[in-house]
Amino acid sequence: MATSYNGKILRVNLTERSCKVEDLDLNLAKKFVGGRGLGSKILFDEVDPKVDPLSPENKVIIATGPLTGVAVPTGCRYMVITKSPLNNMIACSNSGGVWGAKLKYAGFDLMILEGKADKPCYINIVDDKYEILDASDLWGQETEHVEEVLKGRHEGCSVLNIGPGGEQLSLLAAVMNDAERAAGRSGVGAVLGSKNVKAICCASSRTSVEPADAAALKEVVSKANKLIKENGVAGQGLPKFGTAVLVNILNSVGAYPTRNWQESEFDGAEATSGETMADTVLVKNGYCHRCPIGCARVVKLDGKDRAGAEYETLWSYGASCGVSDLDAINRANWVCNETGIDTISAGCTIAAAMELYQRGYIKDEDCEGVPLVWGSGDAIVKWTERMGKGETKLGKLMAQGSYRLCEHYGVPEFSMSSKKLDLPAYDARAIQGIGVTYATSNRGGCHVRGYTIAPEIAGIPEKLEMTSIENKHTWSIIFQNLTAVIDSSGMCLFTSFALSADVYAEMLNAATGTSYDVNGVLEAGERIYNLERLFNQKAGMKPEDDSLPKRLLEEPITGGPAKGSLSRLPEMLPEYYKARGWENAFPTAVTLERLGL
Amino acid sequence: MEVRLFATLRENRGKAVRVDWHEGINGLAVMESLGILPSAVAIYLINGRNANPDAALSESDIVSLFPPVGGG
Ligand code: SF4
Repeated sequence: MATSYNGKILRVNLTERSCKVEDLDLNLAKKFVGGRGLGSKILFDEVDPKVDPLSPENKVIIATGPLTGVAVPTGCRYMVITKSPLNNMIACSNSGGVWGAKLKYAGFDLMILEGKADKPCYINIVDDKYEILDASDLWGQETEHVEEVLKGRHEGCSVLNIGPGGEQLSLLAAVMNDAERAAGRSGVGAVLGSKNVKAICCASSRTSVEPADAAALKEVVSKANKLIKENGVAGQGLPKFGTAVLVNILNSVGAYPTRNWQESEFDGAEATSGETMADTVLVKNGYCHRCPIGCARVVKLDGKDRAGAEYETLWSYGASCGVSDLDAINRANWVCNETGIDTISAGCTIAAAMELYQRGYIKDEDCEGVPLVWGSGDAIVKWTERMGKGETKLGKLMAQGSYRLCEHYGVPEFSMSSKKLDLPAYDARAIQGIGVTYATSNRGGCHVRGYTIAPEIAGIPEKLEMTSIENKHTWSIIFQNLTAVIDSSGMCLFTSFALSADVYAEMLNAATGTSYDVNGVLEAGERIYNLERLFNQKAGMKPEDDSLPKRLLEEPITGGPAKGSLSRLPEMLPEYYKARGWENAFPTAVTLERLGL
Repeated sequence: MEVRLFATLRENRGKAVRVDWHEGINGLAVMESLGILPSAVAIYLINGRNANPDAALSESDIVSLFPPVGGG
């Protein structure tokens, strides 16, 4: 029977410089869906969780989902799954563009990279042909240049690569593809760098993936497209203003962390908002492959069309650093793309450094001509360059992220992170549900593992009072489980503003021949979430790692509509564990058995 | 009183408008005076806090109106 799984894995042994094709166990694939879920299962089975993440024994799994490349809205995503060098826990970073679909068109569901090449290399895939080639001439080069060279060399290819950040094992390093798309978080780029892999090119003569049931797929896709088009967020807000439309709303409710979370309202919000961007520098929308939404921003920078900052970046470099200069933020965003580092963690690390400078830990002489003063557009651009390229003593230290930076000065509490991953742009003192979601995220401080902002701020699918803790643990769990499936399917999370679990189930069934219902989809998500947690447990995670920075638990918000608020995590966490069937932060034997783990 | 508008609700209206306050005026009346359908407003804030558009406003209140917004 036809299915949208290719049924093939490309295993690349970098030490031996060899590649081989293996069959994918389709029963296993269906149990863990694909992408994030299947990649996590393979990591769990093949990698000792205690391994040094930057050693040859760690593996990098680059996995598509069963809907990647299929004619569904946003069927383009891939995930990078590995053990994170940032926090020694499971990493899975998601990216769009077209590269993931090309891997699928070429005939593979996923790649496993193992060992370590003795010198810089890249992998070139053209349908069923693949080779490992020398990348000595590309090492040290920035991502745009590398992409141009490789596209010139290999006709019709899409390029995934790392920048100087990944080569220098920066814990901020991302895996970049198609110029500006990023599997950004958890330092996944450093793991590729540790293996001496600079790039993976992928081309195919195919442009589609056959589903199991073409008629059923056509029907559900037409329904999904209509729902997306008619949805206020996915059909209007995101296309018109991008994710940046959130700047003004989060600031208006006083939940917009400012100057490294010392305040929660930013007087420069309007100047750095989606509305201002649309009125000034916006050239057009950017679209990932097969995406009808087009949330990405293309802006003018030095006369050229460049990827513009999205919400998280406008915040991490904007409010978080006290900067209201939109041009400087877009420029810092561009430097992140060129050097291949994560825009959230890079901006947050500069914000932490600015607080260390404010408090006298970092001295003027450490700054080598670029003082880390709040609000400096010059500082965010220059320190991003220094971090991305590993320049100056302090720049090298900052390239290891805010946690290690603050720890170096003996004050790790100024790193606004959870499991060492910098928190994103929603103040968990004002919005309670996102706090329990950050704290229990398997990869650390992250909003896209369970976007409870949808109900708590946007009222989707229903309005929840953001300051209340009532039932927030339940919402967090449902969102975490559903997100695990969406990530594993190969679709973009932003479709979930318009689509519900039953639509994803229908799409998966039509594409793969499975027979998921809503409960089946949520159970698959729960299985994936628990498997990630098991990996972390075996890797040495402690219950106290499910935490938030001290500031969110002990320093009330100082002003604005949410003045006086603190995170009520200690009240929510026991309820969360109970509902998950976990004890002391980890799944019980009964839970594991129920989920078939 | 001050009414702040965001995203698509700014079209032909601007970022902020002043609406004459009178005893008993509520959010629905404010929307009507601006030609905004209540169904077009997904988030309604009084002084930065979620509120019910039925509730009466005081003269010093700042009202913020948002269409459906989301992102990540
Ligand atoms: S909504 Fe945005 S991130 Fe998602 S697939 Fe479309 S353009 Fe890419």
